[in-house]
Amino acid sequence: MVTKVKSVTTVTSLGRSGLSDWLIQRVSAFVMTAYLVFIVGYLVSTPDLSYSQWAALNSSLPMRMFSLLTILSIAAHAWIGMWCVLTDYITVRLIGPKATALRIFFQLGMMAVTLLYVVWAIDILWGI
Amino acid sequence: MLNVSIYRYNPEVDNEPYMQDFQIDTQGKDIMVLDVLEKLKAEDPTLVFRRSCREGVCGSDGMNISGKNGLACVTPLSEAVKNNKLVIRPLPGLPVIRDLVIDMSQFYAQYEKIQPYMINNTPAPAIERLQSPEERAKLDGLYECILCACCSTACPSFWWNPDKFIGPSGLLQAYRFLADSRDTATEERLANLDDPFSVFRCHGIMNCVQVCPKGLNPTKAIGHIRNMLIRSAT
Repeated sequence: MVTKVKSVTTVTSLGRSGLSDWLIQRVSAFVMTAYLVFIVGYLVSTPDLSYSQWAALNSSLPMRMFSLLTILSIAAHAWIGMWCVLTDYITVRLIGPKATALRIFFQLGMMAVTLLYVVWAIDILWGI
Repeated sequence: MLNVSIYRYNPEVDNEPYMQDFQIDTQGKDIMVLDVLEKLKAEDPTLVFRRSCREGVCGSDGMNISGKNGLACVTPLSEAVKNNKLVIRPLPGLPVIRDLVIDMSQFYAQYEKIQPYMINNTPAPAIERLQSPEERAKLDGLYECILCACCSTACPSFWWNPDKFIGPSGLLQAYRFLADSRDTATEERLANLDDPFSVFRCHGIMNCVQVCPKGLNPTKAIGHIRNMLIRSAT
């Protein structure tokens, strides 16, 4: 029978399963696209945008939730994407036995930075 | 005269691989790349490559021809020669044994993982397990794979993780058995594929589709496997 891959590589992935990561990647991409379309559409359709209008938009609860959802999507998308890149290039096969420690270092660093950005973004969004 | 540049490496003699240049008179004929290799081998018997059926059925002579993976026996010079030059290298990503011959163990290990045989533990009927024409039609575009490895060795995901990612060829075969109405191990097969590497290292860049000498579409088969995984997960 086939033995499943259970290793450090899998444990540091976001959803721990290929299907779950794949689905999160697709859904988060959709959310980011929707946000981009909305923001660009808003800016184009509001040529003489004033500060008060912009502040009012971003301090409304629906907009805050949409922004937060997008930030969470970016975080998840980046987590999965960076995990893919790191497990492609920083591997024992390619650069030798030091790869595992090096990859965990980069992976934890990436996770920490991502989570910090999320907290910072929440602080900004609810500080408007 | 056609200029031919060939990857040469004999680990018993050479410290590292090098490209050797040949000139060959094809008399203006649009012959196959394999014919060129045979002519060169007649001149230089130390040149090593795999070949067998010479008609695109056995899958032995997969190689990188002017930058694109393909079978030498069914690739005419008119498709492969650029600026009167033909460049031949072994399939990329797997260890070279000598010249154009690569070690395909890793490729076969992935093929073995997907259990490329019918699993059905129900009692066998008296004559054979029947399929409707519709059920049989699902196997078209899947059973034709000749395991030449042109697709998997054109796939960056397979280059970086040949031990974990099954690769386009193995996944096409995996779907061939998932789609077979006579196979009863669908759930077990799917369960063995739902890790972050086996299937999901495919990012859909479709190099496999571009190079397949049999015109098959592994990316589409991988999409079908994903859909089956999603359905079985609900």
